[in-house]
Amino acid sequence: MALRTLLGKDLRILARSPVLVVLLIAYPVVIAVLIGLALSSSPALPRVAFLNEIAPSQSTITLGNEQIHTTRYERELFAAIQPVMVSTRAQALADVRDGKTVAALIIPPELPEQLANAAGSAYVDVIYNGDAINQALVEEAIESKLAQANVLLAAQLSRVADGYIDLLLTGGDLHFLGSSFDVLGLVHAQSILAAVLSRLPPSSPVRHALVQVDAFAKIAVANLGGSRQVIGAVAAPVVARESVISGRRTPLSEYAVAVAVSVSLMFIAILLASGMLALEREENTLGRLRRGLVSTTQLLAEKALLAAVTAVVVSFVMLCGIGLFVPLGFGRAGLWLLAICGGALAFGTLGVAMGALVREVRAASLLVLLVSLPLVFLALVPSGSVSGGLYDVIRVISAVFPFKASLEALDAAVNQSQPSLASALAHLAALIAGFGALARVALRP
Amino acid sequence: MARSAKLVTVALEAAGLSKRFAGRVAVHNVSFTLKAGEVLALIGPNGAGKTTLLSMLAGGLAPSAGELHPSGAAGIGWVPQQTAIYSKLSIAENLRLFARLEGVTEPETAVDAMLEQTGLRERSDDAVGRLSGGNRQRVNIAVGLIANPAVLLLDEPTASLDPRQRARLWEFINLRVAAGTSVAFATHEIGEAERYASQLLLLADGEMLFLGSPAELCTAAQEGNLDRAFLALLAARGH
Ligand SMILES: Nc1ncnc2c1ncn2[C@@H]1O[C@H](COP(=O)(O)OP(=O)(O)OP(=O)(O)O)[C@@H](O)[C@H]1O
Ligand SMILES: [Mg+2]
Repeated sequence: MALRTLLGKDLRILARSPVLVVLLIAYPVVIAVLIGLALSSSPALPRVAFLNEIAPSQSTITLGNEQIHTTRYERELFAAIQPVMVSTRAQALADVRDGKTVAALIIPPELPEQLANAAGSAYVDVIYNGDAINQALVEEAIESKLAQANVLLAAQLSRVADGYIDLLLTGGDLHFLGSSFDVLGLVHAQSILAAVLSRLPPSSPVRHALVQVDAFAKIAVANLGGSRQVIGAVAAPVVARESVISGRRTPLSEYAVAVAVSVSLMFIAILLASGMLALEREENTLGRLRRGLVSTTQLLAEKALLAAVTAVVVSFVMLCGIGLFVPLGFGRAGLWLLAICGGALAFGTLGVAMGALVREVRAASLLVLLVSLPLVFLALVPSGSVSGGLYDVIRVISAVFPFKASLEALDAAVNQSQPSLASALAHLAALIAGFGALARVALRP
Repeated sequence: MARSAKLVTVALEAAGLSKRFAGRVAVHNVSFTLKAGEVLALIGPNGAGKTTLLSMLAGGLAPSAGELHPSGAAGIGWVPQQTAIYSKLSIAENLRLFARLEGVTEPETAVDAMLEQTGLRERSDDAVGRLSGGNRQRVNIAVGLIANPAVLLLDEPTASLDPRQRARLWEFINLRVAAGTSVAFATHEIGEAERYASQLLLLADGEMLFLGSPAELCTAAQEGNLDRAFLALLAARGH
């Protein structure tokens, strides 16, 4: 009852502080989106090592009456990447491994021959650096360019095939390896046969054999036209043979989603909880409320809940919004909500502990920023980047602040990463209990 | 004043009440009883400990030592020295909120009565933060009165009120006192203490220097005027 009355009062106060609300919600969301963008993409085109092993003399493939210029497809691809020309396969691999480029694209020498044979698909080799932050983007760029190239190639190849079929049917000139041949064509062949047959005496010994050839020619003329569609159906003449050298396969852009959502969750919940509690002190109403009108637990729970629910709503909407651009498994939305709720409650409880320590809203906001920003960066320090002893210290500090645990919970919920959602939630529950006790002590009359 | 000799119930009792803040003694060993329908004035120089004592009586501050009956806030109305209301909420919203939190059975009736009493009905929808200092204090007082408590504790309630509002407030408090409400108030206006209080409690540097009626204070200080008696007693005790 008292809790509901207090909640109603605080919501009313928030509704009358539009600037505060906009700052409180818009600022964390903007910061979170910026961090997410910074982590998931870079403004320049991704650098990709490029090696074309096709001999220059073979870069134009002549098939029938059609000419396929491989350089044309290169140019298309270069619009999406920044090519770094290399001269050997080893150098391409070394560039990827050293992080000079995020991927290598190698066009093997046998590509023209494979295309010409049409015995199956031709291959290009794509090697990704699994550690690269924008690996997902490069992968997308190369795949989409390859798909475009394949559509054009497939159309060209089916025109080539059409040309051959026409030649077989109606005859004409065939240019092959610099020589020119005159091809008769099945239609002519059949009419010649028919003329020969009509002049042959019925008793001629070759007549029986010629009748058979004539029947075959008729069937071939009737059916060869239909085979065009079958030949045109080779959809992907070129296939990328992908491989990843070292590092995580989960694209970092999805980890960035978890970071961005955790950051906004953190700022909204801590700022709101600490601010609303400090406001009670600033207005001197804390003294009134604490004299038996509401218990300390009720007061703390009300502020933590208000902050947590607001943070959950904003973060969940934000995550669903991100889901429209980054493919996330919406089937796991229930787990996202669970992770967000755990994190929000932990941040809300930390917020009331901070708010209980100060007398003014401004001091509370300052304390929140001073404490949380460095801790966010500490939580993001990757294991291999600092010495072992220092990393242990960072791990301990990160463990007593809810950011890392809530990031792990979100990462587990969104990306199914390790450690599990359950263990991250247990960690958050322990922090909620700890900060709750701290807040109670700080608020003693 | 409008006191009834029949009402002898003890409304509030303090025994050996003390409060220390980080080594500094704010209130030291204060004992007194407040009977139902009695009015007690707390007087003393700045920093004497009046606010600290009232806060302990109100249940807003835990005593370092001593006994207090009743302990806790039930049935006690508190008007703190510094206004304790929400500046973003309107007058009516503040009154309604505290009426609900105090568990008043008919909050709207109580809000209405307080709007009438403060004379702020036309401004009932104005945010408290936009009121003048004196009007804010009127709302602060109304919040302390809203639950019609058996004991009313007021910390310099009239300090920022104009003469007409002071008279109005005392008229209202006296009606309550006549109905059996006990009042303890802090003031720097000796005249106010003399006019409305049946008992004076003189504090200086946390020590209780005197407890008794205004007439007894004059006798003790051998002065005919309460103002002079107050100063004389303080001077005699080295303050
Ligand atoms: N929260 C606190 N922390 C430390 N010291 C305090 C605190 N509150 C009051 N004091 C000290 O206790 C003493 C008594 O203060 P108090 O406010 O009770 O005086 P007062 O009699 O109400 O004064 P005034 O007439 O100016 O209102 C002062 O010395 C004051 O500095
Ligand atoms: Mg005072």
